[in-house]
This record gives sequence, C-alpha cells and structure tokens, in this order.
Amino acid sequence: MIVKQIKKVSVIISLLLAIAVAVFIPNSASQPEADKPYFLYFLYIAGGIIVLIYLVSFLNKKISEKFENTAPLLAGGVLLLNIINLICSKYSLLAVLFFPSLDRVFAVFVKDRSLIVQCILASAKLLIIGFFVGATLGFTTGIVVGFNKKLSYWINPFIKIIGPIPATSWSPLVLSLFSTSYQAAVFMIALAVWFPITVMTSNGIQNVQQTYFEVADTLGAGKMYKIFKVGIPAALPSVFLGFFYATTGSFITLVTAEMFGCKSGIGWYLNWQKSMMLYANVYAGLIILAVLCNLIITLLFKIKDRLLGWQKGVIKW
Amino acid sequence: MVGEIVIENVSKSFTNPDGSEVKALNDVNLKIKAGSFISLIGPSGCGKTTLLRAISGLNLQDSGVILLDGEEIKKPGHDRGFAFQQANLYPWLSIEKNISFGLKARGIYKEKKQDVKEYIEMVGLTGFENSYPHQLSGGMNQRASLARALVGHPKVLLLDEPLGALDAFTRMNMQDEILRIWKEQKITIIMVTHDVDEAVYLSDQVVIMTPRPAKIEKVIDIELGRPRARGNNDFLKYRTQILEILNYAGDNIEPEYYL
Repeated sequence: MIVKQIKKVSVIISLLLAIAVAVFIPNSASQPEADKPYFLYFLYIAGGIIVLIYLVSFLNKKISEKFENTAPLLAGGVLLLNIINLICSKYSLLAVLFFPSLDRVFAVFVKDRSLIVQCILASAKLLIIGFFVGATLGFTTGIVVGFNKKLSYWINPFIKIIGPIPATSWSPLVLSLFSTSYQAAVFMIALAVWFPITVMTSNGIQNVQQTYFEVADTLGAGKMYKIFKVGIPAALPSVFLGFFYATTGSFITLVTAEMFGCKSGIGWYLNWQKSMMLYANVYAGLIILAVLCNLIITLLFKIKDRLLGWQKGVIKW
Repeated sequence: MVGEIVIENVSKSFTNPDGSEVKALNDVNLKIKAGSFISLIGPSGCGKTTLLRAISGLNLQDSGVILLDGEEIKKPGHDRGFAFQQANLYPWLSIEKNISFGLKARGIYKEKKQDVKEYIEMVGLTGFENSYPHQLSGGMNQRASLARALVGHPKVLLLDEPLGALDAFTRMNMQDEILRIWKEQKITIIMVTHDVDEAVYLSDQVVIMTPRPAKIEKVIDIELGRPRARGNNDFLKYRTQILEILNYAGDNIEPEYYL
C-alpha cells in the first residue's frame, strides 16, 4: 500500500523539485532570456493535470493501476527535464548556441504555433499520400511475389537491389524525373514505405503453414478463395510488421524529402530553422516529430489489436 | 450407401535429399466397403499417411488408381473430409467461422446455415461459436476440426491420427464421439493410427502395414459387437494378434516362473 502511494507521489515530488529549481535558481547570464518562463508554465500545467489524476485515482481502480504503473516513468522524465534545465538555463554548462534553455524551446510551441500546425498538416498530407501509394503498391507486390513463383523469380531481384538503398539517396534522379518537387517527395516516401511492406507481405505469405492451404483444399476452396481467405489473413501479422517498419521509415524519409522544394512541413521547418541556427526551434520540431511518430504507431497498434486479436504480441509498443 | 473406395496397384516413391529413392507405397491393393470404419496401422514409414493423403488427393500416387464410388480421385475435394493430427483451425477465425469455412468457399453457406449449428451441437461446442481457437483446449479444437470436416457432408472421412496429440482420457472420450458420429452419419471412415487399442476399439477392419517395402501386411476383420469393452478377452486377442504381426508382441520374453 505504502509502496503504491510512493510510486504515485514520486511524479508529484519530481514536479515540485523541478518547479523549485525553475523558480529559485536564477538563470545563467550567458543564456539568452526567453520573454516568459514557458518551461515553468509547462510544469504548472503538467502539475495540475497530474494532481487531478492523482485525486481521481483514489476513486477509480483502473486509473489507479495505470497511474501507479506510469508515475515512476513520468517522474524520471520530469527529473531528466529538470537536469537539462539545470545544465542549460541555470549554469550554461554547454554551448549556449546549440543548447538553448528549455524556456526558449517551449516558447516555440507558443509563439510559432500557427506555423507549426500548418507544418504538421502539410507533413501529414505528404505522409498520407506517400504512405497510401507505397502501401498499396507494396501490399500488391508482396501478394504477387508471395503467391506466384514465376513473378517472384523476376521481381525479387528488383526488390533486393532497390529495397536496401535509402529512399532519400534517389533524390538527384527523382528530382529530374518528376515535374514537381512535391511529386518527388511523395515518390521518396512511397519508396521508403513500399520496400518493408513488400518484403514482409511476401515473406508472410510464403511462410504460411502448408497445412492451412491443404485444409482449404479438402474443404473445396478455389484458388482465389485460398489467396484471400487463407493466405492473406495468415500473413497479416507479418504484413503488420511491414507497416510498422514502413511508418518509422517514412518519418526518416519525410525530413529529407521535404528539403527539396517543399514550402511547408515539419521536415522543411527543421531544415529551415537549422540553417538559421535557431536550435530552440529545431528541438521543438524534433519533439513534434517524435510525438507524431509515436501517435501514429500507437494508432497502428490499436488497429492491430482490433484486427489481430487472435494473435498475441508480435512486437510491443 | 456411398463412400466405397477401391485402391488398385497404388505405388508412390519419394526422393530423399541425398538423391536416393524411397518406396512409400509398394503396389497397394485394398477395397473399402461403403460405410465401414477402417484403421490403417503400422510403424512410422509404413506408408499409411501417404496412402491416406493419396485418397484425399493432396499428394497423388505415382501409379495405380484410387476410385471413390467408381470415380477416379485426381484432386482434393469436399466429398472427402480430412482431419489432421493437429486441429489446424484458422486462428484468425472464430469456431463458427472455421466450421463454416468450407460451405462459404463453395458458396452454399446460406442454405446450410442450420447444418453448421447442428454440427457445432453434435461435437458439443454450443456456446463456443464466437470463441477463437487459442481460447479453447486441444480436445475442443480437435472436435471443431472434426465438425469442419463433416459439415460439408463428405462421403468419406479421412483421419490422420487426429487424436495423437491428445491426452489419454480426452482421447478415449473422443474415440466414443467419433464412433457416435460415424453411426449417425453412416459414412466411410479411414483412420491412420499408431495406437493398436484405438484401432481395435473403433474399426470394422484393421489394415496392418509394414515398412521397407511399404505394403499391406494383413487386413484383420474385427468381429466384435459394439460398444466394445477395452479389457474383454476377445478384444485382447485381436490386440495381441496385431502386435504379433507388427513384431511388437514381445514373444521372446521368458516367463519368470512355470506352473
């Protein structure tokens, strides 16, 4: 009982500690001052939410268990931020240009918010188009290669040669092939998505237990029925892994793809701010990228739990 | 009665990875009466599973013919239900959907919906229609796989050691269930087994096969009434007879004392 409470309270203590540091230790003179202590505001808001959850956890057992489980981790996270705050803002132990204060990083979210939202939407659009094209082609190629030995013979070498090359390294060729750079960016993301989905789909299909098809044979199933009702469902866990790799791959490609001619997007924002040496903005952009990627993968796993409930834990997120 | 199987001069060989040939079936001849219960028994490598798979059409023989009601078997079909050693249910489908898979594949599910319900009831899985295979025990899965093989009304049911993976007690219960299903459905059942007791308990005829070269050694008619008592003298006589043919009777063990 006491251990449980200690776990829960740990995050509150960690937050109080961070607030104390932010309030009572003066900022280093060499660190440029943000116009407002945004990190402190963040801590207040986070603190408010945590205290609320803490209070609710006395009433709801499910929330209580979840909170108890995550609280130590949150406490650790806040502690890490606190240490960063000490190193960067309070004592400027690292080069001020490259390691801006947390106040300035958090300030970006507030001041640049409309631009950032615009960038997120632009990136989302690019990602969705690229992902859709790549996933559709990848899934189709994977099914064809997985089921047809002859086509597999001719297509496999292409997959093996093109696949491992990072999609972004095609940029010189791609930029000259496509009329707009947006198309080029879509192509690169589609390529980054296509490869893992193709490989994992065809692999999944080729590894389906032969007996599954034999059962279908003895029950009188035709060829197409076997492909769509046995082969593909049986390969779905592997296909899902392909989607997982494709998601992470598409984010890596996004940043590079948006370097060319895009006028909006998180990747573009990162590159632009980097070239202006505004590292506070770069960090803010990176945080957004990480959060977005996580959100999408979490969503992917929610879909997986729905679709593949029969199949326990391929990979955990 | 339908479901008569005639096996004529069937041979099949496999090529080993080292290139040598192994005769899996050597000129096998057998006539199986419609509606009878047949066991194929013998040690590993005697070709019993090969023969069963040839009848199913999953792996065809190299030479010879197998006829089902006078028609040559050339590929797998729903007139021959097949239950594997493992239940092999599709893990992504519920029990009900697994059992109705064949009907859906043939596009006759709508008319036969009632059948699915009946067979689920027959194998005692009512209430588990929406469960998934991983939520049920091995015995329950095996029963579902029997229902799946039977729901399409096959003429012949082929069983490839379907009870091999079950514990002894579940196994004996399942044997009774198979007998009950056989009596109700009036179909031909051909079962591959390693278990002499099982063969004697269930079959009208026990086909004993021996390896190298893989052929039928002897066909024994089990002339016992049903239900059979596993400990009965006549039962044990058949058991000993089969074991002797298979050279597992242990006849060179010396008795410890003489009267």
